[in-house]
Amino acid sequence: MKKILLGNEAVVKGALASGVNFVSGYPGCPSAEIGDEFGKIAKDFGIYAEWATNEKVALESAIGASFSGLKSLVNMKSFGINVCSDSLFPLAYTGTKAPMVIFVGDDPSCHSSAQTEQDSRGYAYLSKIPILDPSDVQECYDFTKLGFEISEKFNIPVILRPTTRVAHQRAQVICDEIPKKDPFIEAKLKKGIFEKNPHQFCTMPPRVLEMEKELIEKIKKIKAFAEKSKANFVTGKNGKIGIITTGASYLYVMEALKKINLDIPVLKLGFFYPLPENLILKFLKDKKDVLVVEELNPYLEKEITLIAQKNNLKILIKGKELLGEGGEMNMERAYSVLAKFLKTKKIILPKIQKLKVEIPRRTARLCEGCPYWHIFPVVKRLAPEGTIFGGDIGCNMIAGLSPHNIQDYLFSMGASMGISHGVSKSSNQKVISIIGDGTFFHSGIHGLINIVYNKSNPLILILDNRITAMTGHQQNPGMGKNAMNQEAEELKIEEIVKACGIKNVKVLDPINMQELESTIKDFLQKPEASVIVCKRMCALLARRNQKNKTKN
Amino acid sequence: MDKNNVFNLIISGVGGQGLITLLQVIDESALIENYDIKSSELHGLSQRGGSVLTHIRFGKKVYSPMVLKGEADLIIGMELTESLRATIFAGKNTIFLVNNNHIAFDNNFSKEEAIKQINEIDKKNLHLVEGSEICKQKLGKDVLAGMYLLGYTVYKNLIPLKKESIIKAIERVIPENFREINIKALTLIYDN
Repeated sequence: MKKILLGNEAVVKGALASGVNFVSGYPGCPSAEIGDEFGKIAKDFGIYAEWATNEKVALESAIGASFSGLKSLVNMKSFGINVCSDSLFPLAYTGTKAPMVIFVGDDPSCHSSAQTEQDSRGYAYLSKIPILDPSDVQECYDFTKLGFEISEKFNIPVILRPTTRVAHQRAQVICDEIPKKDPFIEAKLKKGIFEKNPHQFCTMPPRVLEMEKELIEKIKKIKAFAEKSKANFVTGKNGKIGIITTGASYLYVMEALKKINLDIPVLKLGFFYPLPENLILKFLKDKKDVLVVEELNPYLEKEITLIAQKNNLKILIKGKELLGEGGEMNMERAYSVLAKFLKTKKIILPKIQKLKVEIPRRTARLCEGCPYWHIFPVVKRLAPEGTIFGGDIGCNMIAGLSPHNIQDYLFSMGASMGISHGVSKSSNQKVISIIGDGTFFHSGIHGLINIVYNKSNPLILILDNRITAMTGHQQNPGMGKNAMNQEAEELKIEEIVKACGIKNVKVLDPINMQELESTIKDFLQKPEASVIVCKRMCALLARRNQKNKTKN
Repeated sequence: MDKNNVFNLIISGVGGQGLITLLQVIDESALIENYDIKSSELHGLSQRGGSVLTHIRFGKKVYSPMVLKGEADLIIGMELTESLRATIFAGKNTIFLVNNNHIAFDNNFSKEEAIKQINEIDKKNLHLVEGSEICKQKLGKDVLAGMYLLGYTVYKNLIPLKKESIIKAIERVIPENFREINIKALTLIYDN
């Protein structure tokens, strides 16, 4: 059946069609819709779905499922693969038992990302895990199924790596509709069996080195599979000038070629790793000039140049020197690079209506009624001269924007804790470090223990708005609800903080300005680290709860 | 329509104005009329009251989900400043349908300044409508302005879609209890 789906919705459909049993992940942009959707529908399909504390735990959760014979899907944004990499690399060595697809959503141009503009394809080099790079929504569906197929055939995890313009693209898809389970016959969760196999599941030395050899042999077989796969194909009329491209870039290239009425050979690679080298060599052999169009890093360009060199081909391979590195691909860049490559003045970009004035940027801001409006001005006012402000990821990162401007460093999830400790130990300045509830559970606790154990004294504000908000309102361990919206243990942040050894802990509602002020003033005087948990529900969540209450 | 016989539509506005819902309805309408369709949207940070810019392209065969700058056939601006921001996608023949709505932020243009800039657009290509105001008065909800504007584009023949297709799309895409009011907003212009 044909329907319009979001890229991420197509991934969900592809996983259902592949018989997925177990879904784990951590929310982020552009991947969160996958975990959100599975949270809603899991019960109807006899599937288990969870939001894990962070991406490393999510992957490990899926590893346990895989070793127990259950098909799993892990979902995360780009930076998540950094967090789970420590268990990801050994997984390539042990291999999977039941198949596993790992969705990693990259965000070129950082539409919804701090940290860096990450090209997660680079993980293929470190991990030797196959990576598929879809261009459109149909491929989001097809490549999810392909990922499970490869994973099952070769007992290896497969990474599905779309970018924002693919994950958040809407287009027609031809897909199978999987029927929901009959609600009267309770959709029983499939239970697997963990068959003991320490020889395969334990990465002890020297066995681990044997596993590495096995992995290398496995990759050779997957390469042979890639050579025959429909995910890689050549389109267009044969000729001496050609283009090799992948991902969303393929769409812009094809649109541009069609517009300028140019029918030249285009090799589209759906596999980033392992590359179908014979297919690429066949494409290169009869060409004089080849342009590689890929987003972000010149990985493909380097691989293709190497293939040409090794085979002594007399061919000119162009890429980043014409395209430029960094920033997402779009139609203008596709036109521009084609014009430079084909050395033609015939490709003319249409004239844009240019305004005489510059349009002011609308920066991200706190929502109306957000509890953080009560916190940031007070902190700013009471902070002594020269205070250093630690920033972290989530809605509270808006502390770094106008009109608040109280952020002196912003790195990865939970990094405020670690860096604040370092600054506090290295200087005589006061450090006020701000972190949210979701991020605290994700990776703040380790930093907090370090602060106590290695004795520094920042003032830490944990902004508990009762939900993981920025990423689209997902459940976290402090809420009492899980991803499938069932009752769950409600972990109390203040208890965790006390258990980490913090002596000065206060929980308050930030709307009580006097209490917040006096607590901050008091804690700023303390010689040891202190924590204020500002507990007040996210305004959007509060409004939604109120609406649901009146509906019932 | 561009050289590939594809209709290029840009919808710009502010997070919370219902752009994504509007996009879903238009996408579905194009599917109903057997067009090939692709659209591009951004989630995440844009929800925090930021600028939202969506691309919708439909025709016989569509590759790119993004419009080429200068090639927009129609730009629907849900807010004045965001309409101005979308002008980078406009060429000399682009039609502008602008909702006379102003959402303040720190260094935004004043409403007067924004309208002055909007009026720099060629009169024959500019449609400035009181979408939010009309929806507020007649239907009690200004968030329906997007649907009203969509109805306007069909009424004035600015988009190759039929009213019936859009009504069908609303019935497929929009949750049951909001369908009727969205159809009302869509057909409001026909009632005059």
